[in-house]
Amino acid sequence: MSTILHEPAIFTEDPFDPAVIADPYPFLARLREAGSVSYLEATGSYAVAGYEEVYEVLTDFETYSSAGGLGPRDIRKDEAWRPPSILESDPPIHTVMRRALTGVINPGTVRALRGPFTPPAVELTTALAKLQGFDAITDLAEKYPLRVFPDAVGIPEEGREHLLPYGNMVFNAFGPENYIFKQAFAQGDAHAAAVMKSCQRESMDEVGFGAQIWAKVAEGLISEQQATLLVRALLSAGVDTTIFGIGNTLSVLARYPEAWAQLRKNPSMAKFAVDEALRLESPFQKFHRTVAVDTVLGGVKLEAGTKVLVFLGAANRDPRKWGEDADSFSLDRSSSGHVAFGMGLHQCVGQPIARMEMEIVLQQLLERVQTIEPAGAPVPIIHNVLRGFESLPVSITAAR
Amino acid sequence: MPVTAPSFAPATIDTVIEAVEHPAQSVASLVLRRSDGQQFPAWEAGSHIDVHLENGLIRQYSLCSSRQSLSELRIGVLRTPDSRGGSAHVHDALRAGETLRISAPRNNFPLVDSRKYLFLAGGIGITPIIPMLEAVEAAGRQWVLYYGGRSRDTMAFARELEATYGTEKVKIIAEDVEGRLNLQEILGMPRAHMLVYACGPGGMLGAIEDFCMGWPPGVLHTERFVANDLGAGGNTEPFEVELSLTGTTVTVDTHQSILEAVEQAGARVLSSCRAGLCGTCETRIVSGEAEHRDAALTEADKDAGEVMMVCVSRAAAGCSRLVLEL
Ligand code: HEM
Ligand code: FES
Repeated sequence: MSTILHEPAIFTEDPFDPAVIADPYPFLARLREAGSVSYLEATGSYAVAGYEEVYEVLTDFETYSSAGGLGPRDIRKDEAWRPPSILESDPPIHTVMRRALTGVINPGTVRALRGPFTPPAVELTTALAKLQGFDAITDLAEKYPLRVFPDAVGIPEEGREHLLPYGNMVFNAFGPENYIFKQAFAQGDAHAAAVMKSCQRESMDEVGFGAQIWAKVAEGLISEQQATLLVRALLSAGVDTTIFGIGNTLSVLARYPEAWAQLRKNPSMAKFAVDEALRLESPFQKFHRTVAVDTVLGGVKLEAGTKVLVFLGAANRDPRKWGEDADSFSLDRSSSGHVAFGMGLHQCVGQPIARMEMEIVLQQLLERVQTIEPAGAPVPIIHNVLRGFESLPVSITAAR
Repeated sequence: MPVTAPSFAPATIDTVIEAVEHPAQSVASLVLRRSDGQQFPAWEAGSHIDVHLENGLIRQYSLCSSRQSLSELRIGVLRTPDSRGGSAHVHDALRAGETLRISAPRNNFPLVDSRKYLFLAGGIGITPIIPMLEAVEAAGRQWVLYYGGRSRDTMAFARELEATYGTEKVKIIAEDVEGRLNLQEILGMPRAHMLVYACGPGGMLGAIEDFCMGWPPGVLHTERFVANDLGAGGNTEPFEVELSLTGTTVTVDTHQSILEAVEQAGARVLSSCRAGLCGTCETRIVSGEAEHRDAALTEADKDAGEVMMVCVSRAAAGCSRLVLEL
């Protein structure tokens, strides 16, 4: 029983360089090829980009802890202790919060939302199909989740304008405190205060996910503080990610006209198209874990306390897992096992909602739009960990 | 313990019983030395020996001594009430100083190298696990043992293991204090690069096999210490699934999930965790009854029986054909 150990590949390129962020895939391919585990000089952390190692880190929550936070610093060493969110916790703290959340968001409760989630998509796509072109981000991807998701949580109208900038802050903090981070935090306090207000029990309607989470306090499962944190987790994790998910799917399909035609013939394939687009253009590209005990990963020794940057988006394009055509979209591929929603203990609670929102928008668009193609260069968002576009101009022909 | 007879008669070794100890209620532990004073041949973790008893019976017992000292071997024997005399004979008739003929150690439960291990032992099933712990500890692997039993005084070597490796790694779960091993909690979350080694009664192993459905293939290694006690841990029988959208019928084998079987037959099902956790593979049941093994559906949804998670759930016992909307 012996494993040959080797040193990590030393990697000098900075994954948080805006040029890399704008066009990440050549960089990610180099990182994957450099070795199973690399050491990133720019951030002083280890990096994993191959499917096998990423899967291992995600599914081994005992060795790779979330309690140190998903950013580059170990938040347990911060002076000001704050109660950990679900994303930043390990069992047993994680267990109660996760149980409270899955009691509220589960296949059954999400199924019931298909009804109310459909009309806004019909309305939006009907109006857009009358045009010769539109911006798939600002006219559709950004509009739809905001029409349905805050209502499902049950927060007041007032203050909803803070949701996007707040989500932007929370996620950018999973990267270093660079220029991108500072931009996102420019009016940080105002956004945070407004969103925290929306999370209070008094702010909730009586039926939404928010009210149901607060009901878990009455049942004695979680504390009031945890309820606030859980509603906040939904509000920060549930909007941007889905916007990017919808936008990225359309950015891919606009480049694959045969796939669009095939989907028009067989709209029940929409969910597979969404899944494959999530693999190819994963909205949540990367985050950190903290090594909890000395361990070995991909033949490299990792010491307790160090950070590992986990590249979900790179794992989802690893040719060793997906084949030589990993960088292209294929409706015939089974994308099962991709890690766009993570894997294991922290795998996305909102997965069924996100998938449903994406599928509904795509199906409604397929019904009304005969062809869709790019009408100009898409503008990528410069974001530390999320992948998406600020603008995606498309031209369309309406279905008759 | 394996009951298949070897195709050749293994070399026998004459031994002297050095000591008979009672490490737990109804458990006898025999320490054996070679009559000729030589060392025993080197053996691998997981090995057992045949013990030739005076009354003509041959019984297999796992070795639970340290492989570092080949001057002695140790076995642990549980007295089983319905035994055809094997374990009763060991308990009642064998005394220190007597001779005992055994076979050379053989291994049907080999330890495969991995970076991480999860060991699960039920009762006397701890015995083959003990040398495994020694081996993985020496090799610096990550491991944890869950050892369940009725009560501490029935659990052989429990204290010894805790003292050697610490309670971080050795989790003793006595049923009278903490209830049964919570297999759902221990195995609910598949891990990468972790092998599961389990030894215990058939019922426990059946349940472990069920919970390991969502783990990567090949991670589970089991040894049943009572070969004929295959106690049912739910429906493991093959059954048929009809795909209502295409009319195709697929047989789901014992060691296969519905998801695997229908994918092999060319049907497409959306899936993600393949472990009954995420809810992505939810499939509508047209007719038939499911045995739900997932952690995604609420109890109310499970009772309603309209949908199921095909990555782990199966047909209920007595339902030989499920019709699914696929
Ligand atoms: C396409 C859209 C989405 C993507 C790509 C996405 C991605 C992810 C990923 C990768 C994780 C795992 C993080 C980790 O392992 O540390 C996660 C966790 C989480 N997501 Fe999502 N998500 C999406 C939509 C949503 C929605 C709509 C919600 C809310 C309803 C949501 C709520 C959460 C929560 C609460 C967690 C934390 C779970 C835990 O720590 O146990 N997400 N998400
Ligand atoms: S694939 Fe996750 S529950 Fe079946």
